[in-house]
Amino acid sequence: MYFKRQLESLGRYMVLLGRTFRKPENLRMYYQAFMRDLDLLGYNSLAIVSVISIFVGAVVTIQTAFNLDDPFIPQYYIAIATRESIILEFSPTMVSLILAGKVGSNIASTLGSMRVSEQIDALEVMGVNPAAYLIAPKVVSMVIFNPILITISMFLGLVGGYLASVGGVMGVDDYIYGLQLDFDAYHITYALIKSFVFGFLIVSISAYFGFYVKGGAIEVGINATKAVVASSVAVIVSNYFLTQILLV
Amino acid sequence: MIEVNGLKKGFGDRVILKGIDADFHKGRTNLIIGQSGGGKTVFLKSLVGLHDIDEGEISYDGVALGSLNRKERKDLRTRMGMVFQGNALFDSLTIEENVTFALNMFSDMSESEKRDRANFCLERVNLKNVNQQYPAELSGGMQKRVAIARAISMNPQYLFCDEPNSGLDPKTAVVIDKLLSELTEEFNMTTVINTHDMNSVIEIGDNIIFIKDGFKAWQGSGEEILSTDNEDIKDFIYSSEIFRRIRNK
Ligand SMILES: Nc1ncnc2c1ncn2[C@@H]1O[C@H](COP(=O)(O)OP(=O)(O)OP(=O)(O)O)[C@@H](O)[C@H]1O
Ligand SMILES: [Mg+2]
Repeated sequence: MYFKRQLESLGRYMVLLGRTFRKPENLRMYYQAFMRDLDLLGYNSLAIVSVISIFVGAVVTIQTAFNLDDPFIPQYYIAIATRESIILEFSPTMVSLILAGKVGSNIASTLGSMRVSEQIDALEVMGVNPAAYLIAPKVVSMVIFNPILITISMFLGLVGGYLASVGGVMGVDDYIYGLQLDFDAYHITYALIKSFVFGFLIVSISAYFGFYVKGGAIEVGINATKAVVASSVAVIVSNYFLTQILLV
Repeated sequence: MIEVNGLKKGFGDRVILKGIDADFHKGRTNLIIGQSGGGKTVFLKSLVGLHDIDEGEISYDGVALGSLNRKERKDLRTRMGMVFQGNALFDSLTIEENVTFALNMFSDMSESEKRDRANFCLERVNLKNVNQQYPAELSGGMQKRVAIARAISMNPQYLFCDEPNSGLDPKTAVVIDKLLSELTEEFNMTTVINTHDMNSVIEIGDNIIFIKDGFKAWQGSGEEILSTDNEDIKDFIYSSEIFRRIRNK
């Protein structure tokens, strides 16, 4: 029974995706919506992502230094370890999880309240495809902006590590040297592919929970919570599979 | 002309509409009346295809709604206007953007033409100087009138209004009623209005359908409704003291 319901939800999610990616009625209107969403979902997350990245970068460096506190291990290994954990995991996955909370609840509650106040029905009766008009611009803005955001996060995470080294946990020169040592650019590609996929999952899953709300304000709230939980789980689980495929 | 044959619609085990036949002609103001909770809104939403119906057929000028493909259905909808019972205004857009939304989406009018059209529609519902405000900044009755302005912005062939004058004062209600029936004649629209305002029923009802217990219990004009012997209708209309007095005169 439970399994059947989950399968049904998956089916409805797929149908919604199908309805989302159809020809726009009017490109200019969709472009305007895209610019609004870029602002709302992208730029608006820049500050929080920056702050978190700098602090986590610093903390990762301090913790690694603490754990590798051994005269036989050269200090620049600390920088290598910091770099890899930030690029491979912290920036793409943790930042996406934070965005699943921020962006996911925003999308689900906006669409949910449009649903219960019949604004979605109003679009439909006008001859507009509400799934396409309301969801496609959000998906596009997020899959474009999430990789940019993640790149910024990687950079700032490493800056955070640098600040920690300036603070004295390790030699600044060792840090700079370690960052460049044995650097594999494919790890960045891997991280960007992840951010792209995570961006897509977060928006489409949250949109699904908002779009099909039934009821009133309480259900909008309930579904916003469900959206955050489901998109976070999707990020974590797909992270495992992407890593299997891309890194192994 | 819109034809409805044997329309049935329910939710789960509850059947709301149990087989309704109706014709709505061009250039006439068609009214649906009935008790609160009687299924008027469900009927109107079924008519425009927002509810999938369980049985029966709905056709627009001879073309069955169920037979249309996606594109044909969208085309048909650009020729519809609808006023929802709860207004359903886009709350993140200004009043002017609400009224010009469909024009922006589907027409190639210039910006100034669209603005003129918005002003024209807003003036017809007696609204001025609200273009740059947001729906939440207007009173309930004003929002209702914006919803009507939005519904007529594209000069629709089919106009559906769910309680267009509930929440309005008697004077504005009459203005709205007049407007809807004038537009209907002027543009030869097929208009279907849900109402429980007996004043509208008598003033503008060309063709009235009374829904009771999921069935069409009576059909006739605004004049006929006052003289009918139908017990259900009498019970419905003369539940108010004013109408009892009118009848007794
Ligand atoms: N989406 C829905 N799901 C389940 N039941 C519904 C739904 N929409 C309407 N109903 C039920 O259908 C019945 C008819 O509702 P409807 O809104 O059509 O009444 P109405 O005649 O428009 O009333 P009012 O004059 O108060 O607007 C009600 O009993 C309502 O509970
Ligand atoms: Mg109703």
